[in-house]
Amino acid sequence: MPPDVEAIAEQVFIALADPSRRGILAELASGGPATATDLADRLPITRQAIAKHLALLSEAGLVTAEPGERRRVRYRLRSAPMQVAQQFLAALARDWDGRLDALKDVLSGD
Amino acid sequence: MAFPDRIERTVEIAHPPAKVWAALTTAEGLGTWFGNHATIDLRKGGDAQMTWDSGDKASMRIERVEEPSVFGFTWHIYGLPDDDPRRTYVEFTLEPVGAGTRLTVVESGFAQLPEDEHQKAFGGNTDGWAHELGELVEYLNAA
Repeated sequence: MPPDVEAIAEQVFIALADPSRRGILAELASGGPATATDLADRLPITRQAIAKHLALLSEAGLVTAEPGERRRVRYRLRSAPMQVAQQFLAALARDWDGRLDALKDVLSGD
Repeated sequence: MAFPDRIERTVEIAHPPAKVWAALTTAEGLGTWFGNHATIDLRKGGDAQMTWDSGDKASMRIERVEEPSVFGFTWHIYGLPDDDPRRTYVEFTLEPVGAGTRLTVVESGFAQLPEDEHQKAFGGNTDGWAHELGELVEYLNAA
């Protein structure tokens, strides 16, 4: 197994563990690319804290900065690391226990 | 954190392999215990589909048919976009035990990260809706 999968997923879960960062990601997901100032206007988080969180999210590959003047840089969501983390959740959500129980029930029912 | 690549379960069923095989490989069987409705073209390379009353559906591509002992298929990883190429492999193995069956199911491939996905995760920054919308605009402009 490539170690990258775990490393990527771990960074996603660390990013999502913080409510402010979840707020930032949710805002970028629903509203599209935004500057740190836009986000500070829309969220109950200081601009300074937003900048710190964006740096972490950027490091995790979850947001990317579009080219532009420093104050007008827009951040946009990147879904690829999310999709890696989703594989982990998919494995937990498969529920073979429930399915095999259903199979046994159906077979003993007739 | 341990990223599970493989899920394995074994159950003992008080019915012979032929009966369990039918439950796993017929539309009638799959549409009862697995989905709410199913279709299946039971041959290597054949397609099967299950739908649920909730509106969910799952498409499978059959990889192994060795009646009545091995049935394998690949399917999409739940939660990933429909166009994501990654699929997990599910294999059922049936062994007769007395008058019953020992059924083992193994699903593997959750931790795969193909090279292009690696590129997608670390490389380009144009994925997502903005990219799709850009392509739509280009398509419309060209038309």
